[in-house]
Amino acid sequence: MSLLEIKKLNVSYSNHYALEDIDLKIDEGEYVCLVGENGSGKSTLVKTIVGLKKQDSGTINLNIELGKVSYLAQFNLKDLNFPATAKEIIMTGTQKHGKLPFYSKKDKEVYKRVIEQLHIEDLQNRRIGDLSGGQKQRVLIARALISEPELLILDEPTAGLDYNITQEFYKILKQLNKENKLTIIMATHDIEELANDKPRIVYLSKKVVYDGNYDGWKGYEK
Amino acid sequence: MNEIMSILSYTFFQRALLCGIAISFSAALIGVILTLKNYSMIGHGLGEVGFAAIALALALNLPTYAVSIPIVIIAAIAIMIISQKKGEGADLIIALVASGALALGVIITAFTSGFGTDAYNYMFGSILTIGSADVILSIALTVISVGTYAFFYNRLFLVTFDESYAKARGIRVTLYQFLIALITALVVVIGMRMMGTLLISSLIIFPAIIAKRHTNSFKGMVFTSVFVSIACFIIGMFSAYFLNLPTGAGIVLIYMILSALSLATTKLLKL
Repeated sequence: MSLLEIKKLNVSYSNHYALEDIDLKIDEGEYVCLVGENGSGKSTLVKTIVGLKKQDSGTINLNIELGKVSYLAQFNLKDLNFPATAKEIIMTGTQKHGKLPFYSKKDKEVYKRVIEQLHIEDLQNRRIGDLSGGQKQRVLIARALISEPELLILDEPTAGLDYNITQEFYKILKQLNKENKLTIIMATHDIEELANDKPRIVYLSKKVVYDGNYDGWKGYEK
Repeated sequence: MNEIMSILSYTFFQRALLCGIAISFSAALIGVILTLKNYSMIGHGLGEVGFAAIALALALNLPTYAVSIPIVIIAAIAIMIISQKKGEGADLIIALVASGALALGVIITAFTSGFGTDAYNYMFGSILTIGSADVILSIALTVISVGTYAFFYNRLFLVTFDESYAKARGIRVTLYQFLIALITALVVVIGMRMMGTLLISSLIIFPAIIAKRHTNSFKGMVFTSVFVSIACFIIGMFSAYFLNLPTGAGIVLIYMILSALSLATTKLLKL
């Protein structure tokens, strides 16, 4: 059984269709990149999967608990003086983020492991607005990972970041996919930067135009 | 010192002190979220709505809380929903609601009792009008605010910091917005007797703004805001009593002084 199965999905905004008849199956452990021009529907697809946008018709079957799905989007902090430390932000990703400002022993253990894995131990008590773009992105990955997800969905996570930070970010994703067996679905523009990782490519232009491996995509593109 | 002990022996002063501390506590808690979500002016708008509702209650000879609490709660929820759905800035919606409600309140007052002591007291606040029902309501309000913060602290923080992520995680954002609107409305209505409709928003905004300048964390902002709010209220209330000022104005004066000191300190530390 696939981890995610999308059938005949149609999504529209007030005056136009954003996605038409999307069929897609994603298996456990896959690294899938949704690519396409601006307005191709890749961000809409991601938003529909995580429930931020409602579909007109079609089905999305997630064959794991909702709590095992994590989401990371491009995040622009409008107020640089927003009083929130990296630790506070990461902890909002925990499973039991509902009640009381106290966390379980397990939450604290996962937190420690995640910040060590991402090498952000020294950032935990710093205000989010004082961090660089790359540091902020690591904090947001940590927030996405603290719930120990099986599926990580990303929406243009490197938009606005420079080349080196983008490369570093993709290195972390590849590592998570390989070592943690994390299934990844990411809407992105950066196909060239992913040449070494060779993810599965789903090219969208409101419909699925290409769905296959990275090398096949390079041939198709030519 | 003797004079302080002497006024503390008056029942009306004890009631006002207890009521004020309770409202300051709740206003500081809700003010943190409203300020960070750019809803700073909602207290001002709801104060005007409260004034119109009280004018209506006085005109119809009905209990003021029974009329004003539901009206202000509905207004608070409506402001939040409209400003989100229409994509308009919250400040624009609040400005429209505030001026409309104030005009309505003034018209009702003009057609009925005129601008008498009651209306004046609600406009500018008076500790003499605080009764035992106000004390009970303000303590109940504090229990509701502290309880909401305690049980939903992490979700309230998440909804304040990153609403999209909260929605994607399956959190019912609207439910928390409703809770925020409810507590804000109660703070405004119950606090109006002490601060007045024109100054109630300062109780919500000032502690949060001062606290934000001196803290790096959300938790730090919450605690600092509560401390600033209660301290300024107590100092302001005694100052207002001894200087014979309206209570609300006396408290705002202390906030202004502390804000100036806070700004000067942060500027000096950056030099």
